[in-house]
Amino acid sequence: MGTPPVVSLASGVVGVFGTLDATLLALKELKAKGYAGLTVYSPTPQHELEEVLDEPVSPVRMFTLVGALTGCAFGFYYAIGTSLDWELITGGKPIVALPPYVVIGFECTILIGALATVAGMFLNARLPKLRKAAGYDPRFSADKFGIVAYGGPAQVAGAERIMLDAGAEEVRGV
Amino acid sequence: MATMATPLPPTAELTYGDVNRDIIRTLDPPGRGWFLGMAVVLTGLAIGAFSWLRQLKYGLGVTGYTPPIFWGTYITTFVFWVGIAHSGTLISAILFLFRSGWRSAVYRAAEAMTVFAVMTAGLFPVLHLGRAWFAYWVAPYPNIRGLWSNFRSPLVWDIFAISTYFTVSATFLVMGLIPDVAAIRDQATGWRRKVYSVLSFGWRNSNTEWRHFMRMYLFLAALSTPLVLSVHSVVSWDFAMGIVPGWHATIFAPYFVAGAIFSGCGMVITILVPLRKAFKLERYLTVRHFENLAKLCLLTSTIVGYAYFTEYFIAWYGGNRFEQDTFYNRAFGDYWWATWTMITCNVFIPLVLWSKKVRTNIAALFVISIFINIGMWFERFVIIVTSLAHEFEPWQWAYYKPNWVELGILLGSFCWFSMWFMLFIKFFPAMAITEIKEALPPPGRTHHAGGH
Repeated sequence: MGTPPVVSLASGVVGVFGTLDATLLALKELKAKGYAGLTVYSPTPQHELEEVLDEPVSPVRMFTLVGALTGCAFGFYYAIGTSLDWELITGGKPIVALPPYVVIGFECTILIGALATVAGMFLNARLPKLRKAAGYDPRFSADKFGIVAYGGPAQVAGAERIMLDAGAEEVRGV
Repeated sequence: MATMATPLPPTAELTYGDVNRDIIRTLDPPGRGWFLGMAVVLTGLAIGAFSWLRQLKYGLGVTGYTPPIFWGTYITTFVFWVGIAHSGTLISAILFLFRSGWRSAVYRAAEAMTVFAVMTAGLFPVLHLGRAWFAYWVAPYPNIRGLWSNFRSPLVWDIFAISTYFTVSATFLVMGLIPDVAAIRDQATGWRRKVYSVLSFGWRNSNTEWRHFMRMYLFLAALSTPLVLSVHSVVSWDFAMGIVPGWHATIFAPYFVAGAIFSGCGMVITILVPLRKAFKLERYLTVRHFENLAKLCLLTSTIVGYAYFTEYFIAWYGGNRFEQDTFYNRAFGDYWWATWTMITCNVFIPLVLWSKKVRTNIAALFVISIFINIGMWFERFVIIVTSLAHEFEPWQWAYYKPNWVELGILLGSFCWFSMWFMLFIKFFPAMAITEIKEALPPPGRTHHAGGH
């Protein structure tokens, strides 16, 4: 609610919202007015915010696919390759016995697939973050929502107006 | 993170702020009860350590091993802990994919239980080796001994399965913790804030982070689901691939998986009841959560009971003399007491869960869960020991019973597990802050959906 910030010197503005509906209203309006590169903070993931933001599907799934296929190939290669390298007949079975190697291939598929998925998340979400994020407020991990908009002085002033009209509890420059 | 999770019943009437406050409060400095509990746990752990030191000094001869029974308490307890580990990922991953909203309050404790149970299970192959300082010999790495892992052996599959399970479960736990640790960081001060800042990886709840995080969580759940089913299947093949009567059965994989989930759900109840009481979490861990866990126990108990029946039926119907004799011996021979303890605890006692009155009585559930834990330990004992004790020819028949060294290590394993869990609940939230919030209406809205 507070005093209007001095936005003329700032390159962006953050609005703190107490409700999801107010956040959605401000976000829709900002999007309609052509604000790009908006950052939205929310204590939990919200489908409604995602729909308004309309961002492309996360590429993490490609990391999963490539990781899983690599793991599968590695598992079979490891079992087959080393069995051929260290030939030792046991139980009268062939040196390369594929059915039991499926277990190794499967486990490696899951293992490398899972690790690649996590790596994909870290890379795409740019984690770990060593510096403070612009406009972040500790209340965003509790029960408040936030929107950060950037632009020149006029755009920033416009964004501030939109946020306050939508019901922002607080707006300040970042 | 179940964005499509079914909401809690409106009676909960909680807000995001309540959730933050109540769950972060569980991390307050521990009281006398916690220290007392830790003292008991460390004493038990010391008994386990002493027993192991004695075994290290004098060798496996100090155990109760009786030829040809060289798989006894250690392997029994190993399988027991791997089984306990199963419900964590079942609740985290499978129930996530099924969008079961009630999982949000219980999954964190179950996931932590999984990780610590696998850590406990992992001790037993090393204990069982005797000469623990040569444990690294089993690892596949280039060496000059002229030996290499035999990938045709189920024991090697087991190493791959369990190490994968541990890695993926631990990853799942840590990833799920990131937004919660960030929430703790934002409320913390001083050195705690610094520590939680590092542990949160600088997480800020931004739309970009959530977008990639949700995708990661979904795929981790999708990868973990077949993993849960595979791990205890692979453990069961440690036995089923052998020709020992009582082991060589195709039913073993589903039988073991059902048993693992049964024991895991039992252990989740055992853990959650005191946790709820100690942290006064009655608003979050409701009777409905316990009832759902009880239903899972009932379901898996009937599957396990059916598996027991099938084993006996096939032993009779198959006409194999050795198999028939093994099963007769299980029920009426030297180990009748173990078999009937198993059947009583795993099949008969859980039958009372058909009653809603029992399912909604938390004290009764706690007692039943203890019986399930006991019964499932005995199930593994019966499978492993009674089969080895009564193999093909009479001169091989023997009677094994664990001695104090093995029982000391068994006690130590429970204390080792409890120690990690008790430390965990004081440093990290035992309930998922973010997911519980997700199950509530967002700020500014009221509940519009009913329960489920």
